[in-house]
Amino acid sequence: MSDRARDPPPERTDFEELEDADDLFPEPAATEESGPASLTAEDISTNSNGPKQDSQFDEDPEDLFAEATEEVSLDSPERDVLLSDGPSPAITPITPPTSVITPCLGHDDMFTHSSFDEIEEEEGGDLFDMHIAVSDPEKVGDGMNAYMAYKVTTKTPMSMFKRGEFSVKRRFSDFLGLHSKLASKYLHIGYIVPPAPEKSIVGMTKVKVGKEDQSSNEFVEKRRSALERYLMRTVKHPVLRKDPDVMQFLESSDLPRAVNTQALSSAGLLRMVNKAADAVNKMTIKMNESDAWFEEKQQHFENLDVQLRKLHASVESLVCHRKELSVNTAQFAKSAAMLGNSEDHTALSRALSQLAEVEEKIDQLHQDQANADFYLFSELLGDYVRLITAVKGVFDHRMKTWQKWQDSQMLLQKKREAEAKLQFTNKPDKLQQAKDEIKEEIEELDAKVQQGERDFEQISKTIRKEVSRFEKERVKDFKTIIIKYLESLVQTQQQMIKYWEAFLPEARAIS
Amino acid sequence: MTKEEFTKMKQELEAEYLAIFKKTVAMHEVFLCRVAAHPVLRKDLNFHVFLEYNQDLSVRGKNKKEKLEDFFKNVVKSADGVLVGGVKDVDDFFEHEKTFLLEYHNRVKDASAKCDRMIRSHKSASDDINRIASSLYTLGTQDSTDLCKFFLKVSELFEKTRKIEARVAADEDLKLADLLKYYLRESQAAKDLLYRRSRALVDYENANKALDKARAKNRDVLQAETSQQLSCHKFEKISESAKQELIDFKTRRVSAFRKNLVELAELELKHAKGNLQLLQSCVGILKGNT
Repeated sequence: MSDRARDPPPERTDFEELEDADDLFPEPAATEESGPASLTAEDISTNSNGPKQDSQFDEDPEDLFAEATEEVSLDSPERDVLLSDGPSPAITPITPPTSVITPCLGHDDMFTHSSFDEIEEEEGGDLFDMHIAVSDPEKVGDGMNAYMAYKVTTKTPMSMFKRGEFSVKRRFSDFLGLHSKLASKYLHIGYIVPPAPEKSIVGMTKVKVGKEDQSSNEFVEKRRSALERYLMRTVKHPVLRKDPDVMQFLESSDLPRAVNTQALSSAGLLRMVNKAADAVNKMTIKMNESDAWFEEKQQHFENLDVQLRKLHASVESLVCHRKELSVNTAQFAKSAAMLGNSEDHTALSRALSQLAEVEEKIDQLHQDQANADFYLFSELLGDYVRLITAVKGVFDHRMKTWQKWQDSQMLLQKKREAEAKLQFTNKPDKLQQAKDEIKEEIEELDAKVQQGERDFEQISKTIRKEVSRFEKERVKDFKTIIIKYLESLVQTQQQMIKYWEAFLPEARAIS
Repeated sequence: MTKEEFTKMKQELEAEYLAIFKKTVAMHEVFLCRVAAHPVLRKDLNFHVFLEYNQDLSVRGKNKKEKLEDFFKNVVKSADGVLVGGVKDVDDFFEHEKTFLLEYHNRVKDASAKCDRMIRSHKSASDDINRIASSLYTLGTQDSTDLCKFFLKVSELFEKTRKIEARVAADEDLKLADLLKYYLRESQAAKDLLYRRSRALVDYENANKALDKARAKNRDVLQAETSQQLSCHKFEKISESAKQELIDFKTRRVSAFRKNLVELAELELKHAKGNLQLLQSCVGILKGNT
């Protein structure tokens, strides 16, 4: 890996210039090259190429715009960083580095903005051409071992996939497996991994039992739509979409079954224990926040969480009442029809039957509107409530990283004190050996402390970027979906007008 | 509660009160017009006093004793009604009316109940929209991104549409539900009329039988004759007026339904158009801003 990092020497020098100017790392410039590479080697326990790109750019978290002035020089290192570090060793089956870069290279001319964030967005925005659809739920198997298989179709012009359009069959536990893999890889370094749809034992059991009724159909539809949104969110993320697990999920026809996602498995129990431990830890860690940005953002997300939950509850209640309204309207329609039948004045009788018809159409309208309420508005809010939980999790990881760093620092302190004490003991025979031991330990711990600090800086940087990306996505999502929802309301009203306009002459015709 | 919430609640309560007031006023008006239109009832002295006396009428409500009396009378009446109802009528018109009214009454009762349920769901849906509007408002004030203006605008929109939805529910209540409730009671009154006529018929037949018995025994013939003549007269009078009343009932029913259904349709249209305009203008503004 370090070989690769040294590959294009000329660009390296540019890069080193930059480093010297900023003078970020306390190490001498010579080790700078190996610095980032080794950082990445240690950072990522599993195969991923995500953070590498970032570590190269964000030298100084406070001075984000330092790169801006050195915009032109940033170009080549950035490109070549991608060239060299782009696909990690893990993406062995996929094509050589250049394929990842080709889309980027085309946008050289666009990299003339002054804001670093904008660069990220342009890159993400122009590359993002993927479209994923989840469709055709079909029941496979029988009885309690039955499950629903969903067809996942991907359409993408990106050349890192073998074909432009392909589809695979996946089941729900596959999606959960994908999420748990991504979470274990990315959450602890600060990436906001979109949460997968929730399990529902009741819903699934109904489907398994085989009742082909309204509620189980609704459940399957709800799940299908949730899975589609989940996949789209995952691939919208510029780092996650290049992850080999994601690509394997989308492409390969056979996926190893993710048994660890079952609620009653040993992995499930382990998860529960971990969650409890985390909750306790969270209460005990008291971090002194040096960066006001994080505190502000955490507060912001807390508030947002509360408000979104409230709004979600109201919208769910609206959906419920609208469905009720639809049912009651249908019943009234039937009753009015009966009344019309028993009425012996012909014109009035006809008008009453017309009223019954209008009400029946309106009940269908209410039903459709309730569906729109749900699928557009309520699910959006539910998704965001879960996403914010993921965001809060990321902030928690940052705290844990900080804690680790502080712990190793304290340990280092203690060792140093122990060393100092050794200096003053009067046991010459043991002294040299003990001194050497302690020196070794101190060196180790020192490296650990620095690693911890780097990790902390890294996660903070990543979180900043992620949060700004998240906020942009949130604004976009809310705007698009709420406008869609309002348009659905417009349509409902237009239909209503049509129906009542048709009824009015009938009512007038009663003589 | 903040000041805004307080003023909003006050407005809501006022709107509700206004709706209920409109309903009650409409009911009273229908009642008085009915009495005035009736050829016999309009000449009633009580009615004239009610319309003209410009000071407080001080009407005493029924006290407990009277209420209890009413209750027992009802029980006796319904028992009697069952007995009397079994008698088949000679007159076709009345027979047909009886069956018709029975069926109609039941169906109107059903329709009225379902209509009430429908309107209640409508009201709870509009209450939800109210809560959504206020949540969106809080979100809008808290948010620091582009979304704040967006949310505020949508919150405002929902406020307005909710008012319209509430008015739709109220109008439906006024025109449709009240109509059905009124005809529920009217059909009950018509059934009562028929009952009274059947009662009179039974009495008449009993008097006939008594007369025949008296003639056979040649005792109290005159008494039996007079009572028979009385009940015959009563029966014929009631039959005549009943016929007229039932025909009137039909015409009134048809015209009341017509009026209310037309008004219902017009109001629904008006509100739907208003709603549509609000929504379209809001969507236009929001799309223009993004």
